[in-house]
Amino acid sequence: MDRAEVDTKIRELIEPFNKKGVELKDETTFQNDLEFDSLTVMDFVAEIEDEFDIIISMNQQAEIENYGQLVDAVHKLQAGA
Amino acid sequence: MSEGISQPDQPQPLEAHAGDKDLFSKFDDIIALREGLLSQGREDPFNLVMEKVLSPTRAICNGRETILLGTYNYMGMTFDPDVVEAGKQALADFGTGTTGSRVLNGTYQGHKECEEALREFYEMDHAMVFSTGYQANLGIISTIAGKGDYIILDIDSHASIWDGCAMGQAEVVPFKHNDIEAMEKRLKRIPEGAGKLVVLEGVYSMLGDIAPLKEMVAIAKKYGAMVLVDEAHSMGFIGENGRGVVEDAGVIDDVDFIIGTFSKSVGTVGGFCVSNHPKFEIMRLVCRPYVFTASLPPSVVATAATSIRKLMHGSNKRAHLWENSKNLHAGLRDLGFKLGTEEPQSAIIAVIMPDLEKGAHMWEALIRNGLYVNLARPPATPAGMTLLRCSLCAEHSEEEVGQILEIFEKSGKETGII
Ligand SMILES: Cc1ncc(COP(=O)(O)O)c(C=O)c1O
Repeated sequence: MDRAEVDTKIRELIEPFNKKGVELKDETTFQNDLEFDSLTVMDFVAEIEDEFDIIISMNQQAEIENYGQLVDAVHKLQAGA
Repeated sequence: MSEGISQPDQPQPLEAHAGDKDLFSKFDDIIALREGLLSQGREDPFNLVMEKVLSPTRAICNGRETILLGTYNYMGMTFDPDVVEAGKQALADFGTGTTGSRVLNGTYQGHKECEEALREFYEMDHAMVFSTGYQANLGIISTIAGKGDYIILDIDSHASIWDGCAMGQAEVVPFKHNDIEAMEKRLKRIPEGAGKLVVLEGVYSMLGDIAPLKEMVAIAKKYGAMVLVDEAHSMGFIGENGRGVVEDAGVIDDVDFIIGTFSKSVGTVGGFCVSNHPKFEIMRLVCRPYVFTASLPPSVVATAATSIRKLMHGSNKRAHLWENSKNLHAGLRDLGFKLGTEEPQSAIIAVIMPDLEKGAHMWEALIRNGLYVNLARPPATPAGMTLLRCSLCAEHSEEEVGQILEIFEKSGKETGII
C-alpha cells in the first residue's frame, strides 16, 4: 500500500472514534484536537493493528502525536511487515 | 489497576500550560480537581485515619467504630498470635532494622527462612524477597525484558507492572482486558527471534475478576513467550493450596514467574518472586530494585515467614472466605446494586456506582454508618467507572457480613442509589 492508500484506510477506521467530526489534517493531534483518552487510543490502535497486521508498541505510540505521523508510521510498518 | 487516587496505573504525561512558572505547574489541574471535591464539604475519602485498629475487621476511624471492608487483609493474619509473637521475638533478637541491602549486610537468617517458606508454599525451586510487591514487579520485569524485547500485557495491569515495563525500555504491547484473542493476535505479530514476556494478573483488583489463565498461558507458551503472573490478590485464598489462580487453573507448572506481596493475605509488607528457572539466582546480582535498597526489617520477615507457613494449612479459612464472598455478592445483588462480576470470582466485590458524585456520596454514607470500603474513581478505574470496592476477610463472621449488608441497604436508600 502506498501512503495515500494507508491514509484512506485510516480515515475510514478513525470515523467511529471521531465523535465530534473533527476535520483530519496531518497536524491534527490525537490528544488535544481529537480528545482521545487512553481507552480510546487502545481501541483505535487495536483496529489499525488488526487491519494492517502490524504492532504499534506503546513506545512507538509515544512518538505519534498527530494524524500525519500516524499515517507515516503505519505506512512504514506495513511495508516492513 | 489499583488505588491510584487521581492517576491511572498506566503512566500518562502531564502537560504544563504556556506561561508556567515552575516545575509544579503541571499539577495545577489535579490540585484544582481535588480542591473542588473538598470544597463541597465532604469527608475526604483519601484522608481517612485509623486511630485504633481493634482486629483485622474492626477499627476506630475518624472517631467511629468501623467495620473494615477494604483492606485486602484477606486471610486476617495481622493479629494472629503466632505471627505477632514471631515478630516480637525477632525484634528482640535481631533489632529493628538491617540497615543494608540484601547483597551486602542486609541478609539475615530471617530473610533466608522467609524465602524457604515461600519455596515450600509454592513448591518451587527459587524464591526472592523484595522490600515491597511494587519493587518485585519493577525489578523482575525491568531486568528480564530490556531494549528490543517485547512485553505483552493486559491493559488493566497494576502500576508496578507498567513502571517495570517503562524502566526496562522493552517494547510494550497492551491488549484489551482479559481478551484471549487480542492477546494471541499481538503475540503472533511479534518479530521472529525477539524476546517475549507475557504479563498477567490472577485477580484484577478493580472488578475482582480473574484472568482466563488456562487459555492465556497455553497461548503464550505456543508462541514461545515467558509468562509472569502477579498473584497479589489471590495468594492464600485461591487454589487448593492457596497458590493462586495459576494453581486453580492448573497452569502453575507452565508459568515462569509468580509475583506476590506480603501486604495482603500475608498481613505485613514485602514482595517476592518465585520461579523454577534454572538461572533464577542471578537475579540477586542484576536486579537493581533488589540491590539498591535496604532489606526488610527482621521482624517483618519473621512475621511473613510465620504467616506463610500458617497459610499452607488455611483450608478452613479459605472455605469461610469463599462463603463470605458468595454471601456478600448475593446479598448486594438482591439489594439491587450493580456489581463488577456476575458471580463472585475472588474476595473482591466491586459495586458499580452511577457516577463519581453519587459514588462519593455513597462512600460517605457508608463511613458514617460504620463501614469502610475503597472508593475507586476515574482515571484509576477501567472505562471511567466509579467503584466501591469491597475486599472480604476470612475473619469477617457470618453475622458481620449480615451487618455489612444492612449498612449497604441503609446507605443506599439514604443516597437514593437503590
Ligand atoms: C496487582 C498488584 N501487584 C502489586 C502490588 C504491589 O504490592 P505492594 O503493596 O507489596 O507494593 C499490588 C498492591 O497494591 C497489586 O494490587
